[in-house]
Amino acid sequence: MSEATASKIPVTVLTGYLGAGKTTLLNRILSENHGKKYAVIVNEFGEIGIDNDLIIGADEEVFEMNNGCICCTVRGDLVRIMDGLMKRKGKFDAIIVETTGLADPAPVAQTFFVDEDVQKNARLDAVVTVADAKWLSDRLKDAPEAKNQIAFADVIVLNKTDLVTKPELAEVEARIRGINPYAKLHRTERCSVALADVLDRGAFDLDRILDIEPDFLEAGDDHDHDHDHHHHHGHDHHHHDHGHGLKHYHDEDMQSLSLKTDKPLDPNVFMPWLQNLVQVEGGKILRSKGILAFHDDDDRYVFQGVHMMLEGDHQRKWKEGEKRESRLVFIGRELPEKAIREGFESCIVS
Amino acid sequence: MKEFTPAPDSASIVSVTDRIKPVTLGMAVTSVHFLGPRAAFVGGEENVALVDDKGEVTTVPVHSGGILSTASDGKRLIMGGDDGKVVSLDAKGEVTPLATDPKRRWIDAVALHPDGAFAWSAGKVATVRSGKAEEKSLEVPSTVGGLAFAPKGLRLAIAHYNGATLWFPNMEGSAEFLPWAGSHLGVTFSPDNKFLVTSMHEAALHGWRLADNRHMRMTGYPGRVRSMSWSAGGKGLATSGADTVIIWPFASKDGPMGKEPAMLAPLQARVSVVACHPKNDILAAGYSDGTILMVRMEDGAEILVRRNGTPPVAAIAWNAKGTLLAFSDEAGEAGLLEL
Repeated sequence: MSEATASKIPVTVLTGYLGAGKTTLLNRILSENHGKKYAVIVNEFGEIGIDNDLIIGADEEVFEMNNGCICCTVRGDLVRIMDGLMKRKGKFDAIIVETTGLADPAPVAQTFFVDEDVQKNARLDAVVTVADAKWLSDRLKDAPEAKNQIAFADVIVLNKTDLVTKPELAEVEARIRGINPYAKLHRTERCSVALADVLDRGAFDLDRILDIEPDFLEAGDDHDHDHDHHHHHGHDHHHHDHGHGLKHYHDEDMQSLSLKTDKPLDPNVFMPWLQNLVQVEGGKILRSKGILAFHDDDDRYVFQGVHMMLEGDHQRKWKEGEKRESRLVFIGRELPEKAIREGFESCIVS
Repeated sequence: MKEFTPAPDSASIVSVTDRIKPVTLGMAVTSVHFLGPRAAFVGGEENVALVDDKGEVTTVPVHSGGILSTASDGKRLIMGGDDGKVVSLDAKGEVTPLATDPKRRWIDAVALHPDGAFAWSAGKVATVRSGKAEEKSLEVPSTVGGLAFAPKGLRLAIAHYNGATLWFPNMEGSAEFLPWAGSHLGVTFSPDNKFLVTSMHEAALHGWRLADNRHMRMTGYPGRVRSMSWSAGGKGLATSGADTVIIWPFASKDGPMGKEPAMLAPLQARVSVVACHPKNDILAAGYSDGTILMVRMEDGAEILVRRNGTPPVAAIAWNAKGTLLAFSDEAGEAGLLEL
């Protein structure tokens, strides 16, 4: 992490559908003996019984930026609250923003991209989504907000696992993976998760984009590997150490798209293509991330984005013996897969 | 120095840095206002430091938490805090609690009327208490960004999302909405009461000519405008937000419409705060690199008041007569300059 990044206050965005257990997780974070002080921005006062931390009520006021970009919405209340909090710099170590159950995480994340003052003082650390193991599968069918929150997440806390059977758990995990295979997933009861797994993740830190691999549940994987595939697709299945196939779903409107090549990309073609892609399809693309190997360039280039907003930079030299492979991931709804794949292919130096 | 006299033939900039009385406040500073003979430096939280012309510091606790908003008429300073309280501080250093939000919400904005009325906002609600201690409240569609009283009559401007609301608190149903898309954070009336100007979340100002609500767009800033100051007589509005001081002309009946602003005192740093002299056409401008310049508006001639190499300048104010300049950077390295 660069020095400038390190001095910025990390902000964790805590989302999750109504009743999933956000407040439980929040109380757990605050009550744990970690010696840190948090400023917590909440929507409902009174549910958090912790002194010693700054609790601020927010109104989730979203407004559109006047920059001609329709999906470029920011949380105005956050801009104001961050401004006020910065007057008390030194009184807290990190900020947690709890959204309402029905909130779209995008405006929160975008606030940290577009607001100059917010960006100067704080950095988005990760979007953590709490999901209810018992009800998430249903919510994914009837609540677009719940789907957004899963798609947007860097970390998913799959809570209330004690209330479901093993097959039910496998089912809901497969549903989550059908939308977002990249988030770190933790199964919990009463949100019992190690704080290190939800805080200080650096998910938006370009320096910490190491690899883009789907997150598999390997160690201690005790769920039932039944092979009852509901939507059996013809694509490759990921395999476990045990050699069992996971239950596999493909969500009909929200999905991830992964692109890969070991041939170098032409930055003069790739950059305009990517810019144009997020300009045109940014409304559909929730998150994007990439590690790129450019032609005649010994540095790894990394980027990440939220809707139409992108940030990217050279990260470090490719290591000796490291495979110079470019990987891109898009998570979004109704992604024009064919056009994206073809566009990407056209960026390869022939 | 009795007046503003940069030597016309000097090769380098005239400096008065050796005439500064330095004051170390030992706290983060967000604004400064004169209360009679003393400069009141407002801390980021809890305290105000009153500094007399000899540089003697008296610290007064005013809030139990962050100080979010301030307004002063030169006789008293009123402040809103994240403790949900509105308090006032007078020149003697006496603190008077004025109001407490029942839910202890943040007091985001305050305003002070020349006749003693004051206003504050918490969330979407703006409240005015006039001299007779009557309280009137108005809820606007979204959180209040800023408040300002009109120079004449008891009329309050409330900046919020997608425009500003003008309101006569003593007239039922008088709220008038001036729409303009975006988030409006600061607000000020021109001293002649003809124009209303807001600073926006985006790097722009917006204005309305109050006679016909005609729009005035003032754009082109590289950064958000956080500081606005009317020049003596209200002929111009000096603003921060660029690497020069931007002064919009308001002398004609059309205001800045169709006109270019004056751009003075360019530096390789962003202007962070501006304060126009109360009587003469000069201003003091603070920059993000700690520099403070005094600038003559007529021709842009500059005098160096403070050198660069510190945190950004956070606060500048003139006393009412314009004989004393007070300033501080964000870290509380402050100073006084007697003219």
